[in-house]
Amino acid sequence: MGDLFSQYNVLGAFGITIVLTVLSAIGALVIGTFVAIMRVSPVAFLNKLGALYVNLVRNTPLTLIIVFCNIGFIVNLGMSVSNDFARNNLVWSVIGLATYHAAFVCEALRSGVNTVPTGQAEAARAIGLTFGQSLREVLLPQAFRGAITPLGNTLIALTKNTTVATAIGVAEIAGLMKTMQEDRADLMIPIFLIVAFGFVLLTLPVGLLTTKLSTKLAVKR
Amino acid sequence: MSSVLFDIPGPKAKARHRIVAIVAAVLTIAAVGWMLARFQAKGNLDADKWTPFLTSEIWVNYLVPGLINTIKAAVLSMILAGLFGLVFGLGRLSDNRAIRAVSTVIVEFFRSVPVLVMMVAAFGLYSTNKVFVSDINPLAAVVTALTLYNGSVVAELLRSGVGGLPKGQSEAGLAIGLTRSQTLRSILLPQAITAMLPALVSQLVVILKDTALGAIITFPETLNTFSQIGSYKSNPVPALIVIALIFIAINYVLTSLASRVEASLRDKGRATIAKGTIGPPNALDLQPVEEALILADEKVLQKRYHSEGQ
Repeated sequence: MGDLFSQYNVLGAFGITIVLTVLSAIGALVIGTFVAIMRVSPVAFLNKLGALYVNLVRNTPLTLIIVFCNIGFIVNLGMSVSNDFARNNLVWSVIGLATYHAAFVCEALRSGVNTVPTGQAEAARAIGLTFGQSLREVLLPQAFRGAITPLGNTLIALTKNTTVATAIGVAEIAGLMKTMQEDRADLMIPIFLIVAFGFVLLTLPVGLLTTKLSTKLAVKR
Repeated sequence: MSSVLFDIPGPKAKARHRIVAIVAAVLTIAAVGWMLARFQAKGNLDADKWTPFLTSEIWVNYLVPGLINTIKAAVLSMILAGLFGLVFGLGRLSDNRAIRAVSTVIVEFFRSVPVLVMMVAAFGLYSTNKVFVSDINPLAAVVTALTLYNGSVVAELLRSGVGGLPKGQSEAGLAIGLTRSQTLRSILLPQAITAMLPALVSQLVVILKDTALGAIITFPETLNTFSQIGSYKSNPVPALIVIALIFIAINYVLTSLASRVEASLRDKGRATIAKGTIGPPNALDLQPVEEALILADEKVLQKRYHSEGQ
């Protein structure tokens, strides 16, 4: 089993998985926050536009989005961000992953806002806080705390979903696992266990941190 | 409209909102128009790329068989995931420490491993060991992976469904002389499963979307048909868009069904599991949810009420 590690770059492939996760998480957070602001804004048009984005993206399979990034943007439109083939696929995978998970980030943030009772806003107004002050001092701190658990869940789902990038040939761990399986059919189960425990190791800290933070920062009501 | 964040707008705010809406609309139209122009430049908007989807040939030979495979995999996975979830969800509620620990480890393990990794592993195992007839292998691998993952989610739903019930429910059951398992079976489970219904329908959307992962292991489901249609009619981009619209339509109906089920349960005064109640995977959480049930454990009662000096 030790020769699996010497023969194949298992850690390198997990490295690509981590790179995909971190970059897509940043992208998803940026797009998701933007869409969430649209979703909670008082402007009806922005509201509908945000809802359309979430409904379209959330109901499309991630595999299809990733394949579309390749077939639609790279092959058909020739929108290359880099001359390096592998890097181009990686960047488009990040774009696809970020686009998909942004819908879930948006819903997480929105559900955080929904945990804040209307009485909080009324109380803030009653003691004479301005609109900006009540958002900053009363409403948003509570909304972010309420969003911790769903955001953590989204990050864990994102980590696992980076494997889909293998559909367009990004050299992350699921692709390497396929290769290892084809070469070493005798080690099928150990290969699965190595990859599986790699993901347990990647996602467990996030889960523990989320649970800890959400209990520590929970707003007692 | 008003929300917790904003007041009902006055005339000034309304005017401001109108300007924001107009600017946003212009930007949206510009962005969509630019995208469409680029796709048009490559001929993707030409009529002959889209007319094949109006003929029965494409539907009868490609899309419908693909859809049938997608639905077959999804339905099989849902049924098996329900059974898996029932067994291990009850396992996690058991008062036997060993059963609880084993169920927790199994549920949390399969919740942390990517579905695609399980799919690839199952496909490899089935095809090298010739477990099934060779053309069943992809379907079997898809169903295996989806069952293990979604079964674990269902187990967790069951646990939070029972845990979310008011404590008085199990106390009342025990008070009228039911045993622990009778209380669980005839009082807690029926309520928990009703509370789970909307979440279960939503989970069906997740399953349906994840069947598309099967395309990676050569399962002939809906997404997989795009390359055949694309090379036959040389319209890969329109083919992908049509397939995306099919998925969106089915999933949108299921999502609406879930919220309708939820609304009708709420009208009847039944509790439902709120979205996002299920926490992140946490293999260290070996605690049973239902404290009242554990407290009713014979030994605990024995210790509390019948021990010497009490």
